[in-house]
Order: sequence, then C-alpha cells, then structure tokens
Amino acid sequence: MGETSVNFAKASTTALQDPQLRANFRRAMDGLMSKRAVQFADSKEWNAVRALGASVRLRALSKLPELLEKLEANCTRNGIQVHWASTTDEANAIVLSIMQRVNAKLVVKGKSMVSEEMHLNAFLEQHGIESLESDLGEYIVQLDEAMPSHIIMPAIHMNTKQIAHLFKQKIKEAEYTEDVAQLTDLARRVLRKKFATADVGISGVNMAVAETGTLCLVENEGNGRMSTTVPPVHIAVMGLEKVVEKLEDVPPVISLLTRSATAQPITTYVNMISSPRKEGEKDGPREIHLVILDNGRSSIYADEELRNTLRCIRCGACMNHCPVYTKVGGHAYEAPYPGPIGSILVPQMEGLAKRGELPHACTMCNACVEICPVKIPIVEIMGRLRAEAVHPGDSVKGAGSRASKAEAMVWKGWSMTYASPLAYRFATGLLAKLGNAAPTSLPLLKEWTNVRAKPRFASRTLHDLAREKGIPDV
Amino acid sequence: MSTDGTTVPFSGVPFSGVSFSGSRPDSVYYFGTCLVDLFYPEAGMAGIDLLKAQGLRVVFPQGQSCCGQPAYNSGYREEALKVARAQLDYFPGDWPIVVPSGSCAGMMKKHWPDLFKGEPDEARAKQVASRVWELTQFLVQVLNVKFEDQGPPVKITWHASCHAQREMGVVEEPKALLRQLANVELVELQRERECCGFGGTFSVRHPEISAAMVGDKVADIENTGAKAVVSGDCGCLMNISGALEGGKKPVRGVHIAQFLKERTHG
Repeated sequence: MGETSVNFAKASTTALQDPQLRANFRRAMDGLMSKRAVQFADSKEWNAVRALGASVRLRALSKLPELLEKLEANCTRNGIQVHWASTTDEANAIVLSIMQRVNAKLVVKGKSMVSEEMHLNAFLEQHGIESLESDLGEYIVQLDEAMPSHIIMPAIHMNTKQIAHLFKQKIKEAEYTEDVAQLTDLARRVLRKKFATADVGISGVNMAVAETGTLCLVENEGNGRMSTTVPPVHIAVMGLEKVVEKLEDVPPVISLLTRSATAQPITTYVNMISSPRKEGEKDGPREIHLVILDNGRSSIYADEELRNTLRCIRCGACMNHCPVYTKVGGHAYEAPYPGPIGSILVPQMEGLAKRGELPHACTMCNACVEICPVKIPIVEIMGRLRAEAVHPGDSVKGAGSRASKAEAMVWKGWSMTYASPLAYRFATGLLAKLGNAAPTSLPLLKEWTNVRAKPRFASRTLHDLAREKGIPDV
Repeated sequence: MSTDGTTVPFSGVPFSGVSFSGSRPDSVYYFGTCLVDLFYPEAGMAGIDLLKAQGLRVVFPQGQSCCGQPAYNSGYREEALKVARAQLDYFPGDWPIVVPSGSCAGMMKKHWPDLFKGEPDEARAKQVASRVWELTQFLVQVLNVKFEDQGPPVKITWHASCHAQREMGVVEEPKALLRQLANVELVELQRERECCGFGGTFSVRHPEISAAMVGDKVADIENTGAKAVVSGDCGCLMNISGALEGGKKPVRGVHIAQFLKERTHG
C-alpha cells in the first residue's frame, strides 16, 4: 500500500512513562465517570432515553441521502449557503475561498472536531490568516501548540499548574497564578478583544435539523454564541452524518449528549442557528455558510454494520470509560478522535494500512458499549476491523493490508488442533509435560513476564482429572 | 438477554441475565474452557464438585476444547468458526451447559449466533448457545444454592470479569455467593468494574498498556488489605495473579469455584 503505519504502540509507551500525565487522566476520568453515573442513576430512565436516542440516530441514518438534500434545501431557503466537500482538502479550499472573498485576516473559532479533522488552523496559517481558538480548552491546547487530547475536554491532559506556567510563558500580560478563576479571566480578556475584531467566525455543528434547516450548537462558555454572532461571516463545518430529521429529534439527543459528556442536564448555551441577519435586524452575521464534509463517511455508510459508527453524537463518554484511554491519554492515538470511537472511526477514514493498529488498542471490555448513549456496537466493529485488516476485501480502505502469512498459519494450525479432539489431547498433553520448560525469552512469553510471573501449566489437564475422577463423558 | 450486539444489560440491575424457563434439571454439561484445562484444572474440578454437591449429574464431554474466542477476537473468524463448530457435537439434547468463565460463556452465548450466521448449522449453534450459563449465575439463579462456611476468618476482594458483567449480565451473583460465607469479609475494589488489562492477545500485543492496567488493578487490590482476590475468569486471574506474584505481593489469586469449594468442603 505504501502508506506508513502510525505507531500507536510507540506513542502509547511514551505516554505511559509520564507519571503526571497518567495522574491527570486517572483523576479526570474517575471524576467524569462518577458524575455521569449520577445523571443516569435511574436505569429504567437510562434504558428508555438511550433507546430513543439510538432510534433517532438510526432513523436519520436510514434516510441519510434524503435528509441531506432536505437540509440543503431548507438551509438555502433560510439564507444559509451550503457547500459540499468530499475531502478535507476540498473543505479547506471552500473555507479559504470564502475568507479570501471577504478579505479575512482574523478568524475566531468555536469548538469543532471536524475542523481538527481538516487541520484547519494550520491550513489557514499557511495562507496568512490568524485562526484563534475561543473555547478555553482549545485555546490552551493552541497556545501549547498541541492537539486536543479529548473531544470534549481538549486540555484534560494538563493540570492547573501546567496551564499556569503555559499562560505565564505565552501571554504577554499574564502574571503567574494557579487560581482557576484568574486564569479563566485572563483568557477571557484576551479572547474578548479578538471577538470584536474577527472577520469570520467558525463553528462546528452538533446537529443539523433537516426539516427546518437549523444548525444546533451546544456549549458552556458563550464563545460559541460569540463566534457565530459577532463576526460578519459565520462558517459552520459538519460531518455529513450529523443530520437529524425533525426538530423534535433535538431534545432527546441534546439531553443524552450533555449528560453523557459533562454530566450536565443541559449546557449553559444551546444555539439554534436558522438564518443570517435579516432585514431590519440589528445583529447577527451577514452571511452563514455550512460546509458539509464527507471524508470517507459515505464509504462507511455503504456497509450496513460499519454504518453504526456514524450514529455517534461525539459525547466522549466512551473515552472517559475506556481503561486504555485512561492509561495512555488522547495524544497517543495521534488522531483527531481518540479512544474507542476514534479506534473504529479513524481506521475507516484513513485506512487500515495506516491505522490498522487502533482496533487492537482495546481489551474488548465493553465498558464503552455499556455507556454509549446511542448504543453503538463499538467492540463488534472493533472485531470486524481486526478481521478486515488481515483479509483482503473491498468494504474498508486498506482491507488485507495487515495480512501476515506467519500469523495466518499460526491461527490455521491452532484451529486444526483445537477442532480435533485427538490433536487437542496430544497438544495439551505435550504442553502439560513440557510447557513449563519454555524459556521466558520466547516471544509472547517475554512480553508477558515483563511484569508478571510465568504462567504455570498444570501437570494434568481438566480432561485428565475428569477422566480420573470418573466424570461421565457424553 | 439480547443477542443483537447492542444491548448490554445495565449494571445496576441484580441478576439481570437470562431467567431460567425450565424446572431444575437433573443433569448438566460442563464446558471447562481451554485456559482452565491447561492452567487451572483444580478450579475446573471444583466447579464440577460444586454442581455435584447440589445433587446434579455432571457430564464432561471429553471431545470439547475451546469456544473459539482467541481467533475470533484476533480477526480470524473462519478459524474461530471451525473450532466452535467442533464443539457442537458434544452437547446434544437440552441440558444446560455450565461454564466456569464469563468470557467463554459470553463468546458462546452472545457471539456464536453472529459467528454461525448464514451457516448450515446456525440453528444448531444457536440452540447450544441458548443453553449456556456462567457457573455462578447457574448456582444462584437455577440452583439457588446455600453455602455454609467451614473456613477460618479471612478478608478477600472480588474482581469482576468484563465479559461476565457486560456480556452475560452477571454482576451480583458471585458476590452474593461470597457473602453467604460467614467468616469471609468481602471488601469491594474501588474500581471493581474496570478491566484488569488482560484482553487475550492484547496483553502481549500491547504489553506496556496491559502492564499499566494490571498495575492499577494490583494497587486497588492492595488498598483493600485483602489476603486473596477472587475472580470468575481464568484470563483475568492469570493476569492478576501473575502480576501479584511478579511484584512479590502477598495476595493470592483464586478462582471463585475453587474458593467456594475450599470454604464449604473443608
């Protein structure tokens, strides 16, 4: 395939060696999990509301092409200009052409994971446009020249002390303080000035309502509202799966989203954006653009099982509950979407040749499946992608790219042995007699015994014991 | 429990697994699992003895080997299917199939229907899968066992297997059994429901992450002050006991079947 594989093992090992990082994630994720549990303490209500959420998302996906057309028609009717991008390059080019037309020099951004997918900030910078993140977490990450480590809490990998040092180092007027209110106030003062002078505001979209042509955006800091109302031009970017059919679909999804993400019954701000400034109105942007991005989503959509990946409402709860994510943090995934959802979404978007290791960044513990508010069968998709990676096929980009003759032979040998009672008896008998003589320098045993004692084969198997004790055979 | 792959029983509901429709059987099959076979045969025998002590006839088909999970989770579904299929002949009729592992039971009950989808023996595989019980689930829900503790006072903790909890819906059953033991003090882990980091091939494919995970688990166990950590799955047990032993921690890892047998049969 010629594509270099991104080395998750290496990045995660580096992350594990940072005790501060591990402590930050452990504490943050423990807190998020217990807060969420309080929100969904009533299991009956939880089962009902997630069934409703899943059905809203499934219905939307079942008629996705039709809903997208409807969304475009209704947005256009409302004065929102709709643009289609099949790749992130196309999406970036669309955004740039709008900027160049209005001669934009400064952009303020609300939080948007699709813009991370596009690497939009770096792209705009290359074209001489300053793009400033206005979500506090994103602002911190941008100052640190890093990537978000979580889709909801981008700077969750840092503690207050680290942020205090960063602010002192990067913001001119900053005095060193570890007081959270003072730090927030400092960021607020910096950002306020920028809101007033920005030429364009960029935001993401939590949901787009097909029947009304409305863009729904939830946030807590008011920066989303500022980014979408103060600058004269607002550009919203969304993945094409974010559409829902009806206005009445919005409340249950928002409720699941905010309770799962930050354990809030609702966010401080819920923006329903339905048109640019109208004649006689005193505020609001003059232009609104909606950029709808595919970037591999329509291929994911084409497969009935994999399509479930697109149900996601980006609450991030799967990350908070993932024992692997909790240990290695978000940066180890080197992707806009880390954690369980990232481990199934990113390989499908970028291909298994490059990202085929991510579906193995999982013990299949099902903690994510248990709490997913829209019931995505994450672990089943993980298993499917593991299979796709080693078997040539055409349903996933890079299928078969990780096939290994040696590995295939091992499993073939294993299955022949384990499917034949005679061969199985012979093999287990051999292991019972000689298995303990295996040196710990052997591959697999070496990895195992790094932190563990060597497993001990029993001298007689359960088959032997059962026979000896006269336990009846079938 | 649903087998559509999306519905996982909610954790807070006790005994949320399958409810037994028939009357108490006089015989059961025992599926020992390949890990028990090679590494924990005494735990396997203890499970058989616990069932026999309840007056059941236990049949251990000598032709059995493995549920197919290792290959299935590694992406080799054809190979998994071949091994799973080889088990079907050995469990004819209607007797329940009792498994001393939530993970292997989950593979059979939840994943076999998917694995055999479209195969000529799909119906047969589903019939076998529908009769699968995790051992503690069977002891509590079907046999309603009552244990009398014969052992000295001891403090223990419980590690919940991910697949027992989230695939078989077995959450409260094993703890209910342990709480029947008068001299056993059960101290729960702070993060009882968190994976120990085994994950089959995960433990050797990502050994550093697995080590970090079992490290957190060991610290949690040590904090309870327990003398033993009891678990219902030999994968978890191999991982946790291995790490306890590797770190020279004076805590014993033991399968729940073996622990229950020790406490009740002297």
